[in-house]
Amino acid sequence: MPVLTNIEAVTRTLQEEMRRDPNIFITGEDVGVRGGVFRATKGLIEEFGDARVVDSPLAELSIVAVGIGAALYGLRPVSEIQFADFIAPAFNQIVNEAARIRYRSNGAWTCPLVMRTPYGGGVSGGLYHSQSIEATYAHIPGLYVVAPSTPRDTVGMLRYALRVDDPVLFLEHKKAYRLIKGDVPDEYYTIPFGKADVKRAGTDLTVIAYGLMMHYALDAAERVARDGISVEVIDPRTLNPLDKETILASVKKTSKALIVYEDNLTLGVGAEIAAIIASDAFEWLDAPVMRVAAPDIPAVPFSQPMQDFFMPNADKIEAAIRKLAAY
Amino acid sequence: MTTTFADSATQTQMQHRALGLSDEHALEMYWNMLLARRLDERMWILHRQHQVAFHISGIGHEAAQVGAAFALKKGHDWAHPYYRDMALVLTLGVTPRELMLALFGKQGEISSGARQMPAHFSHRALNIVTGSSPVATQIPQAAGIAFAIKYKRTDQVVLTCFGEGSTAEGDFHEGLNWASIHKLPVVFLCENNQYAISVPTTKQMAVPNVADRALAYGIPGIIADGNDVLDTYRVVRDAVERARRGEGATLVEAKTYRPVPHSSDDDDRTYRSREEVEEWKRKDPILRMRQYLESVKLLNEAKAQEYDARAKQVVDDAEQFARNAPLPRPEFALENVWGELSKA
Repeated sequence: MPVLTNIEAVTRTLQEEMRRDPNIFITGEDVGVRGGVFRATKGLIEEFGDARVVDSPLAELSIVAVGIGAALYGLRPVSEIQFADFIAPAFNQIVNEAARIRYRSNGAWTCPLVMRTPYGGGVSGGLYHSQSIEATYAHIPGLYVVAPSTPRDTVGMLRYALRVDDPVLFLEHKKAYRLIKGDVPDEYYTIPFGKADVKRAGTDLTVIAYGLMMHYALDAAERVARDGISVEVIDPRTLNPLDKETILASVKKTSKALIVYEDNLTLGVGAEIAAIIASDAFEWLDAPVMRVAAPDIPAVPFSQPMQDFFMPNADKIEAAIRKLAAY
Repeated sequence: MTTTFADSATQTQMQHRALGLSDEHALEMYWNMLLARRLDERMWILHRQHQVAFHISGIGHEAAQVGAAFALKKGHDWAHPYYRDMALVLTLGVTPRELMLALFGKQGEISSGARQMPAHFSHRALNIVTGSSPVATQIPQAAGIAFAIKYKRTDQVVLTCFGEGSTAEGDFHEGLNWASIHKLPVVFLCENNQYAISVPTTKQMAVPNVADRALAYGIPGIIADGNDVLDTYRVVRDAVERARRGEGATLVEAKTYRPVPHSSDDDDRTYRSREEVEEWKRKDPILRMRQYLESVKLLNEAKAQEYDARAKQVVDDAEQFARNAPLPRPEFALENVWGELSKA
């Protein structure tokens, strides 16, 4: 059972899947000779050549649109957007095109396109190398939005992404790329979308968190456990469609829910999860649903004190857990 | 329909034969143009009678579209059309009944299951790709299809069409840039009808021709007479052959005109003179092809009337078929958002 970092999980999975399926090709800025600015595609051009690992022009719209066209033809493109912050020029192609191709053609056409992009802050990336874009895209029916937090999940979900026939926005937290290491099973497995994972079992309250925040939530849960507070940590993994059943089952067991996300508080993924809990688990609740999220400012400021102020962390989560547990 | 009236005296002036087209092909071109026109006219009438919600017209574009469609191998090559391309898709094999089902938004509608407005053409079996309403999005996607064709090493070609207004979009630039960098087998066909709704070409671009823009991508930019089906055929055929030889993309500009409003919701009297419209009507592509076919003795008055009668019959049949078709179930709106997910 190898231990991999999150980024090694991405690289190895792309390599294995490209060996399996000759229809998979990768395109994006610097993905070829450079192997990606984060080195996620390192070594792939050496094995698969420049016909399958294609350095794109500096043009996000067409990185996605060319992927759409190739997917319509029957290939399995992986379009890499170098930073999630730069995906906006492709918004129309993702939302008006890729996500609607199945619906608008009544299923005659499908768009099996995987769009990989590093997101999130905590790396001194400032306003334009730190954004959490998930809520904007998780609003769109027909587009899978996934955000695995561990190497095991990254491998299983990326394999799955390369098998589904709908477009996938595959979000990789850039701070978690090398910070997080974990076991990856030797046997071949996939992790279907729409299935949350109970990352830590507990009985007193439920924390729902994904990406880097899931790891901070686990840290906070360990700390409060010393004081006898038993926290269950749920990782939704897929942000659209959400696994409502797993979230609701946990909240019905613990009667208290805290949602943690790095995105701006207002209208984030946590707002939807809170609404689901309020609607479908109201009678089981012993406390208000709480959220820890980033403040409603445009994005993460560069300077360290302001970045720390912006980012949720284990301390902030711990404080919220204690408040909720005492309610 | 395929009877010819040609004699040896007219052989020398037969442009279509010089292009490698048989007499039957020439008449088929005329038939497709005529049928598209009659369908289009009926659709306007149905809208004005408040029987359908929307119509967007391809009147005036028939020569450009039929000429381009004839340059493709039907069902083998790919087409990523835009919303005015009724004559194109008709020539590639979409039926009048299918087009009328879309107009009425009825059950069984082939392109979208009646989800999209009419004129958002799609036909999987014919390699006609589903399109949306935001313009120019199909241009970089066509580059992607061409990338896939090159990747799979087939001899296919993709044709994508758009208006001159679309060439102001960033999608146009990115699509042509990709296609030219990778020498992709794609033909970009601009049907330049001179107006993007109300905005004339002079306010879309500072160069006189869309084709001029090809220079910036290192690909050929060729102007065709978009009101002459044979000339458009010639130019697009050459571009298709070039693509099939592996020599890359071509930008074709078919100069034409839209003698009717942009859509059923537009009033073109607010932005152009009637004199201008009337002048272009005299250059009508169907009239022009009819005169050509008469000059080479492939068509005469009696034969032309037969064509008209037959077109009316086909249009009547398509309209009745669509009228009699059931409406979709309301809950059909919920289907085909996502594919089936593995339960494992």
